[in-house]
Amino acid sequence: MTAEPPGEPEAAAAVRIEGLRKSFGTNLVLDGIDLSVASHEVICLIGASGSGKSTLLRCINLLEPIDAGRILLWGQDVTQPGIDQNWVRRNVGIVFQAFNLFPHMTVLRNVTLAPVKALGASRREAEEEARALLERFGLLDKQADYPDRLSGGQQQRVAIVRALAMRPRLMLLDEVTSALDPELVAEVLDVIRELAASGMTMLIATHEMGFARDIANRVCFLSGGRIVEQGPPRELFSSPKDERTQRFLRRITDAGRL
Amino acid sequence: MVGPPQTSFGAPQRRSHLLSSGRGAVAVSTASTIVVLAAFAALFFLAPGSAAVRHTFFNPEYMWKSLIGDPRAGYYSVGEALWLNIRMFLAAEVLILILALVIAVVRQSDSPVMFPLRIVSTIYVDVFRGVPLILVIFAIGFGVPALNLTFVSTQSAPVYGVAALVLSYSAYVSEVYRAGLNSVHQSQVAAARSLGLSHTASLRYVILPQAVRNIIPPLLNDFISLQKDTALVGILGAIEANKAAEIFSDTVFNYSSYVVAAILFLILTIPLARFTDHLIARDRRRRLAGAPS
Repeated sequence: MTAEPPGEPEAAAAVRIEGLRKSFGTNLVLDGIDLSVASHEVICLIGASGSGKSTLLRCINLLEPIDAGRILLWGQDVTQPGIDQNWVRRNVGIVFQAFNLFPHMTVLRNVTLAPVKALGASRREAEEEARALLERFGLLDKQADYPDRLSGGQQQRVAIVRALAMRPRLMLLDEVTSALDPELVAEVLDVIRELAASGMTMLIATHEMGFARDIANRVCFLSGGRIVEQGPPRELFSSPKDERTQRFLRRITDAGRL
Repeated sequence: MVGPPQTSFGAPQRRSHLLSSGRGAVAVSTASTIVVLAAFAALFFLAPGSAAVRHTFFNPEYMWKSLIGDPRAGYYSVGEALWLNIRMFLAAEVLILILALVIAVVRQSDSPVMFPLRIVSTIYVDVFRGVPLILVIFAIGFGVPALNLTFVSTQSAPVYGVAALVLSYSAYVSEVYRAGLNSVHQSQVAAARSLGLSHTASLRYVILPQAVRNIIPPLLNDFISLQKDTALVGILGAIEANKAAEIFSDTVFNYSSYVVAAILFLILTIPLARFTDHLIARDRRRRLAGAPS
C-alpha cells in the first residue's frame, strides 16, 4: 500500500458509498446508504438520534465492520479484506462527541503521539507542527496542560487539532458539540468553519441546524438508516420534500433550534 | 491519613465522619486507646503462663543471638538470612510483572490467531490460582531436580523457590492487570486506532499507561503478600529468615528467633504498606480535584 492513493484526488470522489448496510444484532442501523462526497465538499448529516449518522461515520473510518455494500475512499475500495486499515485512518481524521483525549498525556503529547508513532515523524518535527496547529486554533498556551484542566470546548478543539496533526484528507465530525455547554459551542464551530474555509473535505453529523445551514454544501437527512432526502441547505431547510424531513424540521423549529 | 482541607474537597466531611467533634473527641480517642492497650498488656502479663511465654518467645538475649547468628554454635543469623528473602522478592517481582502482563494481554486479545494461547493462559490462571503456593513450591523444588535435566535440574533451592513464586503470583497479578485493562474505556481504543496507531502502539502508549495507573494499589498489595511468602521457600532448605529462625529454635530450644523473623518481615512490609496508602490517598485527591499532577 502506498502512502498516496492512486489517481488524481479530483478525478475520483473523496468518498463513495454504495449500498452500505450495517446492523448490530437484530437492529438494522444502516439500511442501504448511497452517498458520494467530492473533494473539498462539506456535507452535514442530520437526523434524529439513532438514525445512523454516527454509525455511518464510524464505518467510513473502519471502526465498525460493515455487513454489505462498499466504501471507496479516493477510488480505493477500503471494505475489501486485506486493506491496510492504518492507511485509511491516517488519511481520515475523526473527532468524537466525547473528545476522547488521552487523559494521561499533555495536550502537546496528545497531538504529537500519532505523527511520531504512526507516521514515524521525528519528535522535534511533530512538536513544531503541533505548536503551529495549536497556535492557529488559539490553544498554544494550553500545550503543557493535561486534558482535565481544559474546558469542554478547549478539549474538543484539541481533539480536532490532534486529528489534523495527521494531515488527513478527510475529516469526520461526530456530533462534536453535543457534549458541550451552550456557551462553549461557538468556539468549536468557529474552528470547523475555518477548516471548511481552508478546503477540508468534511462529513459532519450534527444537531446544530443553523450551523449546518451556514457551512454545508449539501445536507443529508437520515431516517431509519437511509438517506431520505438530500440537497443544498437552503432548499432542504426551507422546502423539504419528504414528509419525514418536514416532520423532523418542524420539531426542531418548535424547539427553537432553527 | 487525612490531607489538608485546601487540597481536597472531601477532607472536611471525611474528618467529621472519623472524629465527631474537635478537641473533646481527640481526648476521648486518646483515653480509649490507652485503656485498650493497658487491657491487652494486663492480659499478657497477668496470664498464668506469662513468664514462660516471655521466656520462650521474647527473651532479649536469645533474640539478639538469633539476630546476629553463631555458626560455631550451629545456627545462622536471621538478619543475614533475610537478605535472601529480599533478593528472592526482588527477582520474583520483576519476573511476575512481565509474565503477568503477557498473560493479561493474551487473555484480553480478541484475535482468532491467539485462540490457542488464550486457552492455555486461561488454564494456567485457573490452575495456579487454585493450587496452594506451598504445594507449587514442593512440586517445583523437588520435582524439577528429579527430572535430571542438564542446567534446569541443577539449580539451587532459592531459584526453584522464585520460580514457584513467579508461577503462582503471576496468575493473581495477571487478573489485576486484566481488571486494569478493562477499566480503560473502549472509546480510548477507538481514539487511538482512529489516529492510525497500530494495535500494539495503542496498547503500549494509550491503554497500558492508564491501566497501570489504575492498578498500582492492588499491585502493591500483592507484592506485600509476596514479600512475606518468600518465607515459604524455607521448606526447600534455603536458609531464609524463617528457616534460620527454625534452625535456631531447634538448636537452642527457644522460639524467640521466630519473633525476630516476624519483626524483620514487619520492617520490610510496613513501609510498602504505607507507600500503598499514600498512593491511594493521592489518587483519591486527584480524582476529587479532577486534575492529574
